[in-house]
Amino acid sequence: MSTATIVKLPPQETASLPKKSYLNSEYGLKSWLLTGDHKRIAILYLISITFFFFIGGAMAGLIRLELLTPQSDLMATDTYNKVFTMHGVIMIFLFLVPSVPATIGNFLIPIMVGAKDLAFPKINLLSWYLYIVAGIFTIAALVLGGVDTGWTFTTPLSTHYLNTHVITAGLGIFIAGFSSIFTGLNFIVTIHRMRAPGMTWFRLPLFVWSNYAASILMVLGTPVLAITLVLVILERAIGIGVFDPSKGGDPLLFQHLFWFYSHPAVYIMILPGMGVISEVISTFSRKRVFGYTAVAFSSVAIAVFGFFVWAHHMFIMGVSNYSALVFSLLTMLVAVPSAIKIFNWAATLYKGSITFETPMLYAFGFIGLFTIGGLTGVFLGSLGMDIHLTETYFIVAHFHFVMVGGMLMAYLAGVHFWWPKMTGRMYPEALSKLAALVTFIGFNLTFFPQFIVGYLGMPRRYAAYPPEFQVLNVLSTAGATVLGIGYLLPMIYMTWSLKYGKIAGANPWQATGLEWQIQSPPLTENFTETPIVDHDAYDYEWLANKTEHEVQTVG
Amino acid sequence: MHFISPVLWQFLVNWLTHFALFPPEASGIAPYTDALYFFLVLISLVGMTIVVLLVVLFSVLYRKERNPEATQIEGSTLLEATWTIIPLALFMVTFVWGALLYFRIYNPPTNAMNIYIVGKQWMWKAEHPGGQHEINALHIPVNRPVQLTMISQDVFHSFSIPAFRVKREVIPGRYSTVWFEATQPGTYHLFCTQYCGTLHSGMIGEIVAMKPEAYEAWTAGSTSGASLAQNGERLFASLGCNSCHSGAGDARGPSLAQSYGGKLQMANGSYVNVDEAFLRDAILNPTMHQMAGYAPIMPTYQGQISEEGLIALVEYIKNLNSNYRVQQTLNTSQVQAPAAAAPVNGQGTVKP
Repeated sequence: MSTATIVKLPPQETASLPKKSYLNSEYGLKSWLLTGDHKRIAILYLISITFFFFIGGAMAGLIRLELLTPQSDLMATDTYNKVFTMHGVIMIFLFLVPSVPATIGNFLIPIMVGAKDLAFPKINLLSWYLYIVAGIFTIAALVLGGVDTGWTFTTPLSTHYLNTHVITAGLGIFIAGFSSIFTGLNFIVTIHRMRAPGMTWFRLPLFVWSNYAASILMVLGTPVLAITLVLVILERAIGIGVFDPSKGGDPLLFQHLFWFYSHPAVYIMILPGMGVISEVISTFSRKRVFGYTAVAFSSVAIAVFGFFVWAHHMFIMGVSNYSALVFSLLTMLVAVPSAIKIFNWAATLYKGSITFETPMLYAFGFIGLFTIGGLTGVFLGSLGMDIHLTETYFIVAHFHFVMVGGMLMAYLAGVHFWWPKMTGRMYPEALSKLAALVTFIGFNLTFFPQFIVGYLGMPRRYAAYPPEFQVLNVLSTAGATVLGIGYLLPMIYMTWSLKYGKIAGANPWQATGLEWQIQSPPLTENFTETPIVDHDAYDYEWLANKTEHEVQTVG
Repeated sequence: MHFISPVLWQFLVNWLTHFALFPPEASGIAPYTDALYFFLVLISLVGMTIVVLLVVLFSVLYRKERNPEATQIEGSTLLEATWTIIPLALFMVTFVWGALLYFRIYNPPTNAMNIYIVGKQWMWKAEHPGGQHEINALHIPVNRPVQLTMISQDVFHSFSIPAFRVKREVIPGRYSTVWFEATQPGTYHLFCTQYCGTLHSGMIGEIVAMKPEAYEAWTAGSTSGASLAQNGERLFASLGCNSCHSGAGDARGPSLAQSYGGKLQMANGSYVNVDEAFLRDAILNPTMHQMAGYAPIMPTYQGQISEEGLIALVEYIKNLNSNYRVQQTLNTSQVQAPAAAAPVNGQGTVKP
């Protein structure tokens, strides 16, 4: 085991947390609930999305337990349907969409661009309150008896045939949508208008670029989801007949509208995660990200192409053959920028000086799993192949590789990476490396068998399945258990580190970003004086000179 | 051998006897789908290997102990062009290959025999042209192209036969089609793959592919006595369709004989193809499909005829070659008006 590390902590005997920081500038519950500070709002988000992540995770546990046996024996099929619906709704709308932007992004984007706060601090707080209201609606739908539409709310099932709390859950998602629109709006304005002097577009860290791209998707895509949900609610409540064929409506219209948001939503979820990976890979290989411009523009390309591929969810739904051709072609094109990113990250390692702290391990996990997730996406974008694979466990495995293997790994990489900045303390390194390893193994054991069982034809959303699929399902359930441990570990040691973790100091990773040049945890106003930026992102020479200069002047 | 836990033992036996990477290749399409799958798996493996090799190799070569000082590199347009163009080329090959396969799977040959499928919560109904009905099962002959014309009575369903590598959404309010040619006799899974409510996972069935002789025997043994078209004929008469669509020169409705497969001129001057979807829609929403030269007097039949009934009518009209029997039936029913409940055409009793 290598002991090489770049970690530079202040001497622990004499070190202490800064006397003043955003954490202790004010006290009391009210000072948190009425705060305008982007860092405090980020912490509020962090706590709330962690809460929902574990509820969604518990649902996943129930799903895997039910699928341990071919019969539907743990719960009634209706209950199973409600459980997977809640799993999807909570994980997508209350965890994945806000995960990186609303927590890490909220905390870091103003600091990274050299600003005191986001452009609209009150809207930022409003966005958190909307998120909480959305969460309450969702939990209400769950507690009152659940909802069993699946997270896709397919009409006419959701509008005419189900007798559950569709409207409550739909309103929850509708409100969560506005929360993410506000976050996106705030980011766009902040990045355009509040960059510090000298912080040009091409000096922005790639994390800012990818969040910018995701924000555009949030602002342009989410309103379509809101419209769709309103139509579903109106159709269900008063029967307006937009989607009902017996009233001249078209059920396929719902699919178009829903996927017009929900495909870009995939990029809303993954792009900020890609930003985290760029920061982490650069820091732990001490190198500029290879082809900065290409990586930055590939984020924008993904955002643009992402809007024109939605019908690839509908290849078997009787769309015209020619429109299927166009959408398949565009799907192939959207895969290219992702491939560029993967190779650029790998090339960043070339001639680096690499160390393997926990965030880097998660980043490696991301690269591997996201590559599999991306390549299997090409399977599904290929028209003829999609016919056999769609609506089976292959697609379940595919999007879990992207969303859990990719996004969640990136999220954990980010949380570990910026934990010292957020809290001023280090997490325990050995235990966290173990957690990263457990997560990786558990993840593969859970989701890899699902590719095979999917190719064998096992449909998704089945509470019972033919017995020949059992072996692969048992493997998957066993993996989910391991994965669960992998997620509980950080929860425990992160909480422990709040009190007992080592004092981190301003820049434990020797990273170049503006956020690492200020104290940890930062002051409420972030910077004591407006920073003037005179170097590119990831300029390690600048950092070395600066450190040397500081030693000279202080010494 | 039960010195290990019986549960574990059973699991191992299961593993050894049931482990498979591929479903059976039981249709003419399956080998084509699997070929593309192998190609995709192969390029994925190669791509994955390259990425993993690069990451592992660089991690070993340029770890801090070996390389304490990083060398800063801006990027390389040539390299980046390489890893843009090569994946793009591979994805384009995948696109073209996938598109060819898609057209193969969704464009039926003209000589395919047609079977109707109605999906409803939570069962599959099959209506054979010979009048055989099945629920959650479909008997088909091998080595003969079979086309399914499918519709849902309620929500979205999806008709999936993994062993044939075909699947198609079954949609409320519109016909969708899929075709296949079974090559191996046997019994295969039929799944509904679009989530459709409580018993979604119970909406399964069997596809029984049979040798031609066995299929003939099954067809003969399962007949209900009247073909689908004959059922349609009865419905046609009992709904009174024949009183307008009689084929007589002064009839209030257009003649339907030999209309299927042709083109009709609409009141607004446009031409439409007469296919299953048109016929179904013209029955349900006649005002939307007003034919040139006829008054808009046909009432809607929305909500009055089940999807099975519509299928029978469509099948009847498809096979209607002359109006001789339409007029005969009309005359008979006028003459025998009091005895309307009497059997029509001597083909068994009228279904209620």
